Amino acid sequence: MTEIELLSWARGPGLQIATIIFVAGVVIRVLEILLLGRKANLAEAKGGEMSSGLKTMITRTVPDRTTFKRSSVTIVSGYAFHIGLFVVCFLSAPHILFLKDIIGFGWPSAPTAVIDAFAVITIIAMLVTLVNRLTNRVMRYLTNFEDLLTWFVTFLPVITGYIAFHRIGMTAPTLLAVHILSVELLLVVFPFTKLMHAFTLFIARWYNGAISGYRGVAS
Amino acid sequence: MKKDLLLKDGNPQQGNPLGGTLGESLRSQGVSRRSFMKFCATTASMMALPPSMIPMIANALENARRPSVIWLSFQECTGCTESLTRAHTSTVESLIFDAISLDYHHTLQAASGHAAEAAREVAMEENFGNYLLVVDGSIPLDNPGYSTIAGISNLDMLTESAKGAAAIVAVGTCATYGGIPHANPNPTGAVSVKDIIKDKPIINVPGCPPIPVVITGVLAHYLTFGAIPELDHIGRPKVFYGQSIHDRCYRRPFYDKGQFAETFDDEGAKKGWCLYKLGCKGPTTYNACATTKWNNGTSFPIESGHPCIGCSEPDFWDGGGFYKALSLPTEDLSKTAVYAAAGAAAAGVAVSALNRGKKNASNKIHIKTTIDDLTQE
Repeated sequence: MTEIELLSWARGPGLQIATIIFVAGVVIRVLEILLLGRKANLAEAKGGEMSSGLKTMITRTVPDRTTFKRSSVTIVSGYAFHIGLFVVCFLSAPHILFLKDIIGFGWPSAPTAVIDAFAVITIIAMLVTLVNRLTNRVMRYLTNFEDLLTWFVTFLPVITGYIAFHRIGMTAPTLLAVHILSVELLLVVFPFTKLMHAFTLFIARWYNGAISGYRGVAS
Repeated sequence: MKKDLLLKDGNPQQGNPLGGTLGESLRSQGVSRRSFMKFCATTASMMALPPSMIPMIANALENARRPSVIWLSFQECTGCTESLTRAHTSTVESLIFDAISLDYHHTLQAASGHAAEAAREVAMEENFGNYLLVVDGSIPLDNPGYSTIAGISNLDMLTESAKGAAAIVAVGTCATYGGIPHANPNPTGAVSVKDIIKDKPIINVPGCPPIPVVITGVLAHYLTFGAIPELDHIGRPKVFYGQSIHDRCYRRPFYDKGQFAETFDDEGAKKGWCLYKLGCKGPTTYNACATTKWNNGTSFPIESGHPCIGCSEPDFWDGGGFYKALSLPTEDLSKTAVYAAAGAAAAGVAVSALNRGKKNASNKIHIKTTIDDLTQE
C-alpha cells in the first residue's frame, strides 16, 4: 500500500466506517438514556425543575472555591485542554472545511499561528493531566484502563495533527493519513467510553439542577 | 553518497566512444565558456552544493565523454519528452541534453523501423555496463500485446535493455509509480520500472510531466559524480523532491492567515489567495515546481491560479479528486451519517422498548413488603 493509497483509505472507507460507528453509537446511547423515561409526578411542588436545571447547566461551569483549591491542577489543566481542543477542532481551516462538507455550512477560520499555539497548550495541558493522574495517589487509585484509553485516543489526534502540520519525521501524505486514522480511532472508541460525556454532560447537569430546584415530595 | 550507487568503476568518463567530450561538443555548438560556467553554477545551487564545487562540475562535465543514453518509451503520452524538448530554447540545459549521445529515442531519433532497433542494439553492445537507460511510461503485465515496440513487448525490452545499463532513470509518474495507466481499474496491469528491475540503481524522476531542468539536473549530477544522487524513500532525488510544494509556495502566507479562494472566480482567487479549499495537493506533494518553476522559470501551476494536482506522488490520479480539498472525505459522509443516525434511532427505540419490557416484567413479579412480613418472626 502506497502512502497515497493509505491516505485515500483513511479519507474514504475508513472515515465511512468510523462515522457509522460513531453516529450510531452516540444516537443509541443518548436515546437509551432519554427513553428511560421518568415516573409521572403527581405531587404539586413549590419550585420548578426547568429553570433550576437550565441554570445549573451554566453555573456548574464555574468550580466553587473549595473544589478549586482541592483540585486546582485537574481543573486548570482540564479547562486548558478542553478550550484548546475546541479551538483546534473548530477554528482550524481544514477542520472547518471538513465540517462544512458534512453539515453544509462553515465559519471563518483562525490563523495557523493561533491554532498552533492552542495545539501546544492542549498538548502540554493533556500531559499535565496524565502526570497528575499518575502521580496523585488518590487519582491513581481511581484510574482505570478506560481513563488511560480515553486520554490516549484524545491525545493522539492532537499530537499527530501537530506533527502533520510541522511535517516532522515522515512525509506529508503519511502524516496526514496517520492523523485522519487517529481521529477515526477516536470516533470508534467514543460511544463506548466516558468520552460520551460530551453529549451527556448537559443532560446530567440539567438533571442535577432539576433535583435541587424541585421543592417538595415526589409522589 | 552511497558506495553501492557508484558505477562499476566509479568513472563517469566511460562513455560512447563515438562521441567526443562534452566540452568539445558544447564549443562546437557555439556555447560560450561564460554561459557554460553559468549553467554549472545554476546546477550547483540547484543541487544545494557549495560554490567550491562549481569548478569540479565544470571540469567533470567538460571532460566527460558523451555517455550513451537509451530512452525507452512504453505506455506513455510523450508528455515527458514534450517537457524535455521545451528546454530547447537555446538554454544551456537543452544543449547539455543535446550533448549526451542519445542513441535511441522513438520520438526524437531520425531512424525508424529496423534501423532504429539496430541503433539500440549497437549502443547496448558497445556501451555494455556503461549506458544510461531512461524510461518513460509504465509496463503492462496483463497481456504483453497491450504495448509492443517492433514486435517486442515492453517487459522484454525493459529487462533486456536494463541488463547492460549502469543506471536507470525512470522519467515521469508512469515509469516511476505506474501513473495514469496504473490508475484504478488499471486495465493493462501497468507497473513501474522498479516493480520489474530489482538489481540496478534506479532514479525516479516523477511528475506528469517532470520539470525539464530536474531531468537535466539528474543527468548533470550523474555526469559530474559518476553516481546517482541521494534519493528519498520512494527513489526521488532529494535535491529536487526534498520539500513539499506547500512549504515553498509563495501563497503559503495566505494559508497561514486563513485567506482562501473559495471558487475559481471569487475575490480571493483574484487576490491570489491560497488554493487549499479548491483541492490543492501542495501539502502532500514533493516536487521542485515552486522553486525551479516551468518554462524557463516563468511560473508554475499555482501561480496561474490552478491548485497543485500532486502529479509527482504515487497514485495521484486516484487521490480522491483534484478539486476536493485534502481534509475532505472522499465519499459523501453526510448521507452516511444520516443513514447511520436513522438506523440507530430505530435500534435505540427498540433497545428502549426491550428495557421497558424488562422493567415492567420485574415490576409485575415484585412482591410488596407489608407490616406482616416484618413481624413474622
